[in-house]
Amino acid sequence: MSSESIIWLIPLPPLLAFFLIVLFTNKSKALSHSVAIAAAFLSWLGGMVVFFRAVGVEHFGKEVFQSSINWIPTGDTWLKIGVLIDPLSAVTLFFVAWTVLMIFIYSVGYHNFGQPKGDHDRPGLPPHGATIADEHGHKHTVPSIEPMYSRFFAFIGLFAFGMYTLVVSDNLMTMFVGWEIMGLCSYLLIGFWYGKPSARNAAIKAFMTTRIGDVFMLLGISFLYWATGTLSFREIFTEHTLSVLAANPTPIFGISAAGLIGLLLFIGTVGKSAQWPLHVWLPDAMEGPTPVSAMIHAATMVSAGVYAAIRMFPLITADFTGHGLTTTMSIIAFIGVFTALFAATIAVAQNDIKRVLAYSTISQLGFMIAALGIGAYVAAIFHLITHAFFKALLFLGSGSVIHGMEHGVFHTGDHSVDPQNMFNMGGLRKKMPITFWTFLIGGFALSGFPVLTAGFWSKDEILADAFANGHMAVFITLAVAAFLTAFYTMRQITLTFLGKPRTSSAEHAQETHWTMTMPLVILSIFAIGFGWIGIPEEFPMLGGLIPNWLHEFVGGTLAEHPEVLAFNIFPLLTSLFVALGGLLTGWLVYRNVKSAEEDRLQIKVLKNKYYFDEMYNILFVKPAYWFSETFAYKFLDQTIIDGFLNRVGGFAAGIGHSFRHYFDAPVVNGFGDLVGESAKRIGKFMAPIIQRGRIQYYMLASLVVAIIVAVLYYFLLV
Amino acid sequence: MSIPLSWYMILSAALFSIGLFGVLARKNAVAILLGIELMLNAVNINLVAFWRYGTGSIAGQVFAIIVFAVAAAEVAVGLALIISVYRRRSTVIADDLDLLKW
Repeated sequence: MSSESIIWLIPLPPLLAFFLIVLFTNKSKALSHSVAIAAAFLSWLGGMVVFFRAVGVEHFGKEVFQSSINWIPTGDTWLKIGVLIDPLSAVTLFFVAWTVLMIFIYSVGYHNFGQPKGDHDRPGLPPHGATIADEHGHKHTVPSIEPMYSRFFAFIGLFAFGMYTLVVSDNLMTMFVGWEIMGLCSYLLIGFWYGKPSARNAAIKAFMTTRIGDVFMLLGISFLYWATGTLSFREIFTEHTLSVLAANPTPIFGISAAGLIGLLLFIGTVGKSAQWPLHVWLPDAMEGPTPVSAMIHAATMVSAGVYAAIRMFPLITADFTGHGLTTTMSIIAFIGVFTALFAATIAVAQNDIKRVLAYSTISQLGFMIAALGIGAYVAAIFHLITHAFFKALLFLGSGSVIHGMEHGVFHTGDHSVDPQNMFNMGGLRKKMPITFWTFLIGGFALSGFPVLTAGFWSKDEILADAFANGHMAVFITLAVAAFLTAFYTMRQITLTFLGKPRTSSAEHAQETHWTMTMPLVILSIFAIGFGWIGIPEEFPMLGGLIPNWLHEFVGGTLAEHPEVLAFNIFPLLTSLFVALGGLLTGWLVYRNVKSAEEDRLQIKVLKNKYYFDEMYNILFVKPAYWFSETFAYKFLDQTIIDGFLNRVGGFAAGIGHSFRHYFDAPVVNGFGDLVGESAKRIGKFMAPIIQRGRIQYYMLASLVVAIIVAVLYYFLLV
Repeated sequence: MSIPLSWYMILSAALFSIGLFGVLARKNAVAILLGIELMLNAVNINLVAFWRYGTGSIAGQVFAIIVFAVAAAEVAVGLALIISVYRRRSTVIADDLDLLKW
């Protein structure tokens, strides 16, 4: 099959799985997950075939796979939709396919497939456990299967469809469609346990917050279409179009049209990838099941945001001459850098194992955005991919930890222990060895542990880029953020896995099912190995052993191949120092901490996330409530509109009343009654004369009438 | 062609009038039915005559045959009704059958 037709087919299996599960197989849990995983596997297969074919093409950046069809007629031209795999989307497809497949498989174990039905589980709430009796008659509480098991697989199927659509799209239109499908799915999945009010609120928050970004993105798309008449990437990213857009100033801060469109589209990314100031939804999204967190944080949603920003890179940098960042780029770089540091500081004070990871995601996405802002194209992509792998690994690992802890909670029966609080853990490395080692790999990759892990190479490249181009503020801030990253990662690992168990639940934690550990092992291979494809050529000793394939390959996406940076020892030393120093400090500080009270970094302002939720509550949510409740509902609706309508209604009712009394009743009804009464009287009088019941009288009568009619007709008309 | 069309028409009209008179004036229901038959056949004469003097379409003949068929059916139903009425009321005098009176 040609690569183009495979690309068209890649997004379809998950969509098909969604409909199959929703319409037919939802009664059977085994069938539903088989359908979903088979679909994910088919897409994975298609993705791999396309990826390796793409790798095989020399100068793939110039000879991409693409095909398009006419979709909507727009006057003389057509709005085209189609698929495009260029180096950027090829590598994106690669990591999306892998992480999605792994998450699908993991979900089987995570939702306790094969476990008995819960004693009093009901849809919309997490499973509470089931009581079973063993052969000796002892009763045990074991984890119970998720009541809405099939529904989950249907939703993540749709989610995967959205992501694949977004990745293979060759235009902003279908890309935006995939984008919005993911927005919907994130809403459905964050609110998967809709019985919990916190999950409901988180779902609404995620949807509303990303919506703000989406509106701006749609504005950007409209502007772009208005300015160029096309939404297809290949047509926009031509030198001619870009230079026209770059030369056109707009009234807003004198930014060029290209810069403004790029900025508007970038706001969509800010929402989707949870950058400050729209970052608030991501930590709350932890309310969903853990595979969903992994899906949102690694495979799909937030990666999609960064992917879109990287996609728009030529537009964002259209008026970039190489000397001094443009306004748009400065804004992007600022938001990225600020988010990276800001989220990292919050992560330090979080106790929920998943929330630490959530803030670390925000922080790492900040790294990518910052890299884009300073023009480090390849570094941004590199970090996007490695981050997707190790963050998926970390999330799935944290889910495995939570699962193991839940096992301990069921065993001890002490339900006051929160299985997600890291201060209830400790010493899990012996109980859950596979989870420990894979989590360690993921954590080290996140911290940028030198040489071995993928995260080191990608983060180092961002730092090196910032340093080489002289963006010292960016460089220093990111280095501090990287230090904090290593610190809180090691804090997490120390609190969770090292030391001694701090609760009896942690003592009875247990390694999870193979469906959960197998994806961890596979993802940990990528978390290590994927970095090796992007080792700079001039790196001491290691450089050049493996060619810097990623730079060659992905760099080809751009019209001008990005230059290879000259090697500089300073950023390398910095990243070595921050990674190792952070890890060491984290270990030293937390190895002997027994409880949250002893943790001196539980600073209130960090713990409360700089009061952003409270601030937004006062600034936006409360005014919105006030506006809708007091102003819109009570004043506008009830007083003005209802008041006016009531007046009009009362007036009309008055008119109607008088009509009824002074016209209808005497005149109309009187006349009607008169007619009816007269007919009745005449009938009563005439009946005995005409209605004799004799057939021959009737015939005679009709004959007479017929004759009269004939005569009249003859004389009057002819 | 010695007999002109008008003669047939006169014959037909005469037959129709006789039938009509029978229908209106006779008291016996069977006789009324006979009158109706006369009227139907008067129409048939008309149809056939017009066909004969007409343009060659066989519609006239076809209609005549349809009228036969309808007449036969009508007689069958009509006589059955009269017999049924006779069995119930022991009379076939139309004036006595004034159940239609309101």
